[in-house]
Amino acid sequence: MISVKHVFKTFGAAAAATTALDDVSLEVARGEIFGVIGQSGAGKSTLIRAINLLERPSSGTVTVDGEELTRLSPDQLRLARRKIGMVFQHFNLLAGRTAQGNVELGLEIAGVGGTERRRRSLEILDLVGLADKAGAYPAELSGGQKQRVGIARSLAGNPKILLSDEATSALDPETTRSILDLVKTINVQVGLTVLLITHEMDVVKRVCDSAAMLEHGRILEQGSIVSLISTPGSRLAHELFPLGEIAPHPGNTVIEITFSGGSADRPVIAQLARSYGLDVSILGAVVETIGGNQAGRTRLELPGTPLANAAPIADLRGQGLLVEIVGDGAAMEGARA
Amino acid sequence: MIDPTAPGFWSGLFQVLLVGTGETLYMVGVAVLFTVLVGLPLGILLVGTERGGLFEAPFGYRPLGRVINRVLEFVVNLGRSVPFIILMVALIPFTRLVVGTFIGSTAAIVPLAVVAIPFFARMVEIAIKEVDSGLVEAAESLGATRWQIVAKVLVPESLSTLILGLSTTVTSIINFSAMVGTVAGGGLGQVAIQYGYQRYSTIHMVAVIILIFIIVMILQGLATWLARRFSHRGRPTRSRATVPTAI
Ligand SMILES: Nc1ncnc2c1ncn2[C@@H]1O[C@H](COP(=O)(O)OP(=O)(O)OP(=O)(O)O)[C@@H](O)[C@H]1O
Ligand SMILES: [Mg+2]
Repeated sequence: MISVKHVFKTFGAAAAATTALDDVSLEVARGEIFGVIGQSGAGKSTLIRAINLLERPSSGTVTVDGEELTRLSPDQLRLARRKIGMVFQHFNLLAGRTAQGNVELGLEIAGVGGTERRRRSLEILDLVGLADKAGAYPAELSGGQKQRVGIARSLAGNPKILLSDEATSALDPETTRSILDLVKTINVQVGLTVLLITHEMDVVKRVCDSAAMLEHGRILEQGSIVSLISTPGSRLAHELFPLGEIAPHPGNTVIEITFSGGSADRPVIAQLARSYGLDVSILGAVVETIGGNQAGRTRLELPGTPLANAAPIADLRGQGLLVEIVGDGAAMEGARA
Repeated sequence: MIDPTAPGFWSGLFQVLLVGTGETLYMVGVAVLFTVLVGLPLGILLVGTERGGLFEAPFGYRPLGRVINRVLEFVVNLGRSVPFIILMVALIPFTRLVVGTFIGSTAAIVPLAVVAIPFFARMVEIAIKEVDSGLVEAAESLGATRWQIVAKVLVPESLSTLILGLSTTVTSIINFSAMVGTVAGGGLGQVAIQYGYQRYSTIHMVAVIILIFIIVMILQGLATWLARRFSHRGRPTRSRATVPTAI
């Protein structure tokens, strides 16, 4: 649905130039919620703005719904933008228009007639749960309500894609959750493709199907959350599910088990302890619900060397679990020293 | 010297003031009309043709935007720096060309508009620059054309600042209109000169001052009220007592 290929973006000239995007390529599938995370200054905003060409890439191509935006004339680009809704961190609502007036803006721009505009704007305000605030000015709305108006405005023209740049960063955790749930609902109901930018891992965990990690203008990793979790050494997975750092005893084996889907429900550790009579200690564990599925990882300490634990590890793998041998206690101690 | 105790003095005064006020309102009104018609687009272009502005590359041609910007800057600065008295005289041939004469209230409209347009253009520039660039981006993301951005975002969102700027502009047009009276431009200024100065009638002078003051007060009150009416920024409303009222 969105295909970004070898995009570079530099600001400023020659010596003083900043490379905000450095050979970024990205694929967002139809109907998924794709999260881009990264530190402040990583280039996240530049990336999302490059998708509807608010920021024209220095080089590379952006294709949305089969149309290569980077090749369009200004007039064609304007039409293409109507298929791409955008939600902003600071809402960017017109202070002089009511909630309904703001939602109607895009429809006015598209030349939709008055009656249809009112019908559609009220319908979409109802969808975001603001039917009773249609006549309120932005100054009379809370942050969460403003963002709902922002979402309603971006959706009024029936876009196929929603771009969201830190849409929840100015909101408190509870409001953030309700906004994310709204985005998820719409994503499911209308099959909207969503690309969202955030620096909050919680946002990715709550709604994203896929994610990419951006650092210094480069994509470090990208893929579906499930595949990232099952990728050994994935930084994104470790950032999403940080494990505690409890030091194991020397000579013992440390393993990390990654759960996803159904395996998260099974009492794996208890079974392990029962079947093999092992004194399993849990060094760290985390279980999260991602896109309605449970996923997580656990770091376990098993007494004895990896060789001695070959049977239980094979058993775990046999159950379809992803098991990494992080090391034996001595090796880890050595690595730490 | 006019004798206030002479029969018919007060009705004469009333008549003169009525005509003077009418002429002043006519001159100022028409001048304001032209000022808005020309000054508003001028101010918008002044901001728009700057680097990164909406019209930085008219017809896709960047140097053209730069040239337009330079020319407008020059014209506005020139218009603002020439003293009104000199401008008025310098414009006589132009006024004669446009109106056919350079005497009277209609002729006075020309220098008034010419002095007010660059002034108001600067006010427009300031007001438009205050509009959050995020709002322009929001409209762009919805596929707005440049003119739609001007009409639906820039002007409406700066409306209260524009109204206040216009009121300041109108106040100075009123001031200048009195100056026009000194060279037979009519209006309250001419009343003050003819009767108050040349015929030593203090009563005429005071009456003119009071009338102009009242006009300016009404104008300011109206502007403040309108500006508040169009501002939905949710500032804490001030208590009624501090609000300048019309009368
Ligand atoms: N218009 C611009 N002119 C010059 N440099 C810019 C511009 N926009 C962004 N940059 C630079 O590009 C880099 C990436 O900025 P960007 O806003 O994309 O970061 P970000 O990941 O969105 O950060 P944050 O989380 O703080 O919003 C930064 O170094 C920034 O200074
Ligand atoms: Mg940003």
